[in-house]
Amino acid sequence: MSVLVYTESEQGKFKKVAFEVASYAKAVADQLGTTVTAVAVNAGDASELGAYGVDKVLTINNSDLDKFNANAYAAALEQAAKQEGSKVVVLSSSADSKYLAPLVAVSLEAGYASNVVETPSNTAPFTVKRTAFTNKAFNLTSIDTDVKVVGVSKNAFGLVETSGNATSEDFSPSIPTSGVTVQSVDKATDKVTIADAEIVVSGGRGLKGPENWGMVEELAEVLGAATACSKPVSDLGWRPHSEHVGQTGKPVASNLYIAIGISGAIQHLAGINSSKVKVVINTDPEAPFFKAADYGVVGDAFEVVPTLIEKLKAFKAQNA
Amino acid sequence: MKILVCISHVPDTTSKINFTEGDTKFDTTGVQFVINPNDEFGLTRAMWFKEKQGANVTVVNVGGPETEPTLRKALAIGADAAIRVNTAAKDGFQVAKELASVVNEGAYDLVIAGRESIDYNGGMVPGMLAALTKANYVTNCISLDVDGSNATAVREIDGGKETVTTSLPLVIGGQKGLVEESDLRIPNMRGIMMARQKPLSVVEPTNASSETNSVQFEKPAPKGAVTLVDADNIDQLVSLLHNEAKVI
Ligand SMILES: Cc1cc2nc3c(=O)[nH]c(=O)nc-3n(C[C@H](O)[C@H](O)[C@H](O)COP(=O)(O)OP(=O)(O)OC[C@H]3O[C@@H](n4cnc5c(N)ncnc54)[C@H](O)[C@@H]3O)c2cc1C
Ligand SMILES: Nc1ncnc2c1ncn2[C@@H]1O[C@H](COP(=O)(O)O)[C@@H](O)[C@H]1O
Repeated sequence: MSVLVYTESEQGKFKKVAFEVASYAKAVADQLGTTVTAVAVNAGDASELGAYGVDKVLTINNSDLDKFNANAYAAALEQAAKQEGSKVVVLSSSADSKYLAPLVAVSLEAGYASNVVETPSNTAPFTVKRTAFTNKAFNLTSIDTDVKVVGVSKNAFGLVETSGNATSEDFSPSIPTSGVTVQSVDKATDKVTIADAEIVVSGGRGLKGPENWGMVEELAEVLGAATACSKPVSDLGWRPHSEHVGQTGKPVASNLYIAIGISGAIQHLAGINSSKVKVVINTDPEAPFFKAADYGVVGDAFEVVPTLIEKLKAFKAQNA
Repeated sequence: MKILVCISHVPDTTSKINFTEGDTKFDTTGVQFVINPNDEFGLTRAMWFKEKQGANVTVVNVGGPETEPTLRKALAIGADAAIRVNTAAKDGFQVAKELASVVNEGAYDLVIAGRESIDYNGGMVPGMLAALTKANYVTNCISLDVDGSNATAVREIDGGKETVTTSLPLVIGGQKGLVEESDLRIPNMRGIMMARQKPLSVVEPTNASSETNSVQFEKPAPKGAVTLVDADNIDQLVSLLHNEAKVI
C-alpha cells in the first residue's frame, strides 16, 4: 500500500529533486495513512532519504542500468509498485522522469497527472492541482484509476525534513531488453543546468549580440546560476537552442529568475512564470516584463549588469 | 516508410486563457487555434523524409469537427492524408488509446508526436502510445535519422544531450531541433488548393476510457506591483534579494 517514489541519482549521489519528490510522497502517505517506499538505482547512501520521510528504500544495483534507459527503468518501477501494492507512484518533472512516467502509467494501467504543484486536495476521488496552458492556469484533475501516477513540478513543494530513518532492501527486478541503446552522452558537467538551477540568469535581444554574453555568464557564475535566453536569441544562433526558455522552450521553475534585455512577451513569460522571484533589467519602462516581475531596474544592461556583478561579489565576500 | 504525425490542435501562443461554465471549460471565444508548435517541427521533419528518402505522411488528430482546419493546414504544408478520430480528447491516456488503434490499423513505421502539447502540457501521449503499440520510444527528440529499419535519434536531457540508436517501429516526442525554426513552412496557395483534394477521413472512436478527469480550472493569483530599484542604487537590489526575497 505504501506510496512509491522514484528517487533519481547521478553518479551515485541523489539529486535534489529526489529529496523533493520524497518530501511530497511523505505528505501524500500521511494523508493516506501509509508509508513511503523509494526506488533508487545505483545510488549511494540510501539512508539519506530517511530525512525526507522515506521508510524503506528498494536499492537496485545493476551495472546494466548505469545509463538511463526508459524501458528498463519503467520495468523496475512497475515491479516495485506491484511488489509493494502501491496505489500511488510519485515521480519528478526531470527529463528522465517525464520520459518514464507515461510508460509506467500504461504498465500499471494507471491514470497519470503531470506538472502537479500541490498535495492532493482530496484523496477520494484523488484530486490534484496541476499547471495547464503552460502556466497560464491551473487545472484540478481527479485520477480515477486504482493506481495513480503523479509527476511533481519542480520547486513546487520544496524539501521537508523529518527525523525518520530509512531501511534499505536489495531489489533485483528483471530487466527487459530495450530497443533503444544509448551511444553517447554529451553533458557539460561543470555547468549548472536550467532544470536543476536555483537561480537562472537569462538574456534577450536587448543584449545586441553574442559577443555581449560575457557579462551574463559572469553574473551567472557569481550567483552559481544557469544561463538561459529568449527564443529570438537562440533562433539567431547567439546562444544554443538548449538555453531557449519559454512556452515553446524549456520551462523555468527556479527561486530567482533574472531577465536582462528581455521584453516579456506572453510566450516568454508563460515558460518562466513559475519561478518564485523575478527580476527584470530593461531600458524601456514600458516593457511588459515589468508587470510580471517582482523587482525591476529601468536601465541599460551594459551599465547595470557590471555594477550588479561587482556589488554581488562584494556581498559574497562580506557574507562568506 | 509510412509516417504518422500526431497533431494536437491548440490555442495560439498569444491567447489569453479564460474559462466558462463555472471555470470548468476552456473559453474558446476569440481564440485562434494552431498546430501545436512541437508537432509543427515534427511535421516538417516528416516532409523532409518524404522529399529526401521517400515516405508517405499521414496526419492524425483525436478531436471534434472543429479541429479540421488544423488538419487541412497540415495537408497544405504537404502531408498526403489526414485522419480525424471523431471524439473529444478527454485525457492523454484516452487519446493514446485512440491513436494506438489508428497506428495498429495503418501499420505505420514511424510515429512523430510532440514532446508536449502547449495546452494541456501532459507530455504523455507519445510515451503511452509507444507502450500501447509496443514500439520503441524516444522523447525530447532534437534530431532523427532513419536508415532502412534503423534509426538514430538525439534526445535532450537535463544539461546536455544523448545520442541513441533504435529501430522501427518507433514513436518519438519531437521538439525544436528536429528541424530549425527557419525550416518551418507557411502553406502557399498551391498547397492550400491541393489540400482540398487530399483525403481527410473521419473514423469513429473505439470509445476508449479516460483515466483522469478535469474537475476545474483556476487562474493564477494576480501579481503585486513590481518594486523598482534605481539604476544608481544597485546595492538596494542586492539587499532586497537577500533580506526581503531571501533568494541569495
Ligand atoms: C509561436 C511562438 C512561440 C514563441 N515561444 C517563445 C518562447 O518559448 N520563448 C521566448 O522567449 N519567446 C517566444 N516567442 C517569441 C516572443 O513572442 C518574443 O518575440 C520574444 O520573447 C522576444 O524576445 P526578446 O525579449 O529577447 O526580444 P525583444 O522583444 O526584441 O526585446 C528586447 C528588449 O530588450 C530591451 N533592451 C534593448 N536594449 C537594452 C539595453 N541596452 N539594456 C536593457 N534592455 C535593453 C528592449 O527595451 C526590449 O524590451 C514565441 C513566439 C511565437 C510566435
Ligand atoms: N488530441 C490529439 N490528437 C492527436 N495527437 C495528439 C492529441 N493530443 C496530443 N497529441 C500528440 O501528443 C503530443 C503530446 O501531447 P500531450 O501528451 O497532451 O502533452 C502532442 O504534441 C501531439 O503530437
